[in-house]
Amino acid sequence: MTGPTAGFPDPAYPLGANPSFADLLRASTPEPAGTVTGSPSGTAPAFAGRAEVPYGTTVLAIKFAAGVVMAGDRRAVEGFSIADERIEKVFPADASSAVAIAGAAGQATEIVRLFQTELEHYEKVEGDRLSLEGKANRLAQMIRQNFPMALQGLVVLPLFAGFDERRSEGRLFRYDVTGGRWEEADFHAAGSGATHARATLKKRWRADLDRDAAIRAAVEALYDASQEDVATGGPIPLRGIYPTVKAITTEGVTPIPDEDVKAAFEAIVGETHEAPRRPGGSQAREKPSGNEDES
Amino acid sequence: MSFQPYVPPEQLIKDRSEYARKGIAKGRSVVAVDYADGLLFLAENPSATLHKISEIYDKIAFAGVGRYSEFEDLRIAGVRLADLRGYSYGREDVTAKTVANAYAQALNNIFTTQMKPYEVEILVGQVGDSPAGNELFHILYDGSVTDEKGYVAMGGRSEELAGHLRDDYKEGLSLEESVRLATTALSKVEENSVEAENLEAAVLDRSRGRRKFRRLNDQELARIVQA
Repeated sequence: MTGPTAGFPDPAYPLGANPSFADLLRASTPEPAGTVTGSPSGTAPAFAGRAEVPYGTTVLAIKFAAGVVMAGDRRAVEGFSIADERIEKVFPADASSAVAIAGAAGQATEIVRLFQTELEHYEKVEGDRLSLEGKANRLAQMIRQNFPMALQGLVVLPLFAGFDERRSEGRLFRYDVTGGRWEEADFHAAGSGATHARATLKKRWRADLDRDAAIRAAVEALYDASQEDVATGGPIPLRGIYPTVKAITTEGVTPIPDEDVKAAFEAIVGETHEAPRRPGGSQAREKPSGNEDES
Repeated sequence: MSFQPYVPPEQLIKDRSEYARKGIAKGRSVVAVDYADGLLFLAENPSATLHKISEIYDKIAFAGVGRYSEFEDLRIAGVRLADLRGYSYGREDVTAKTVANAYAQALNNIFTTQMKPYEVEILVGQVGDSPAGNELFHILYDGSVTDEKGYVAMGGRSEELAGHLRDDYKEGLSLEESVRLATTALSKVEENSVEAENLEAAVLDRSRGRRKFRRLNDQELARIVQA
């Protein structure tokens, strides 16, 4: 049937009322971006371990009384070199949720773009927003589709947080490479510095944290991770580079301005600097001189 | 093979147009007005969930009159076209002109090849960075497109409506004034006052962030209409 499709992308009608943008993209292009079905054998080069592409490193999220704070450092590494000192890893997914991604940066940003379009597309077609649960599941399916690439080393590990209006609370989800989706009750971190960031978050987390305390805990965790993990970037005051921090509350996704992050960072450093140092003890938290070249 | 009597194309087109126009005339009208901060779309619509006015993309809105199932079909196709474009190129590469052209092609195709034409009229509006940059495309059931300025009325009694709008419209109206202008025109045509809860209204407001589309809720409308 030469139906009423003229002028519109081909699958417009066969898809019926399907509100998924990812399905539409798959139906309209032979091999859409973000849903790459790489072949682990044959012509595709099999990466031995990590491919020489930029990898984003540590991201974290911590729940507080009114919602969730999400943060990520600004470094991307490519093998042993620093690929980028100002990369963004925390993105608003829609008006009331955000996603932070660690892993292969190219894949990650593409998945985020697809996910953002998916949510907006659903909202426009259906005239209603997806539930937070629905959004979290949709992201899980996208990560699952990336699994063949993950097997070749292009791992993408997101954290997803949003304000659930039906329950009126902030919720936090983490994912594994197979698309497993796990809800976290308090905090989580992903990426190369995640272990160290989690250790700090565990010490700082309280059920009744206020927003500023949550921001401070997030900055402190990233700072600690940057001291232990070469792939995690610390704040660089001289060049005005600070971690990305976003708060997700009933008011939506609010980016925390650099000045506030800077203030939190300075409070943490000031505190550790003033504390008497144990002779011969750990120097894990040295006060940075502002420029990494000098330290 | 069955015997097909010869029907001259003029007659065929006339019959189909008449059929489509009759269908459209049964429904209620939609009005669009260019106001100081963007574009206002207003319709009489007792349903709170079956919209006549919706968002297509960041700066683009859609309004349809006639048979709901048919313009809803076109609306979804428009959202899909816009989102695919914006995803594969860039967000600013999606324009009302592209969407309007796709509608024109689709409706023309339906009009000439399908059993029955769609009984719809469509409006595609885009808000510009300045009032001069606003665009309004009016697409008829047969796929003909017109580029409108200032105000548009479409639906059953669009000519009467346009007459009332012509009398009172001027450039640079505030949102409140433009809502009252549109509501008054609708009431005059319907010959009774239009209740705020039976109105559906939305704006493309250039002062908003990325997504310019916003629905006016019932309280807001009631406040404006009663003032």
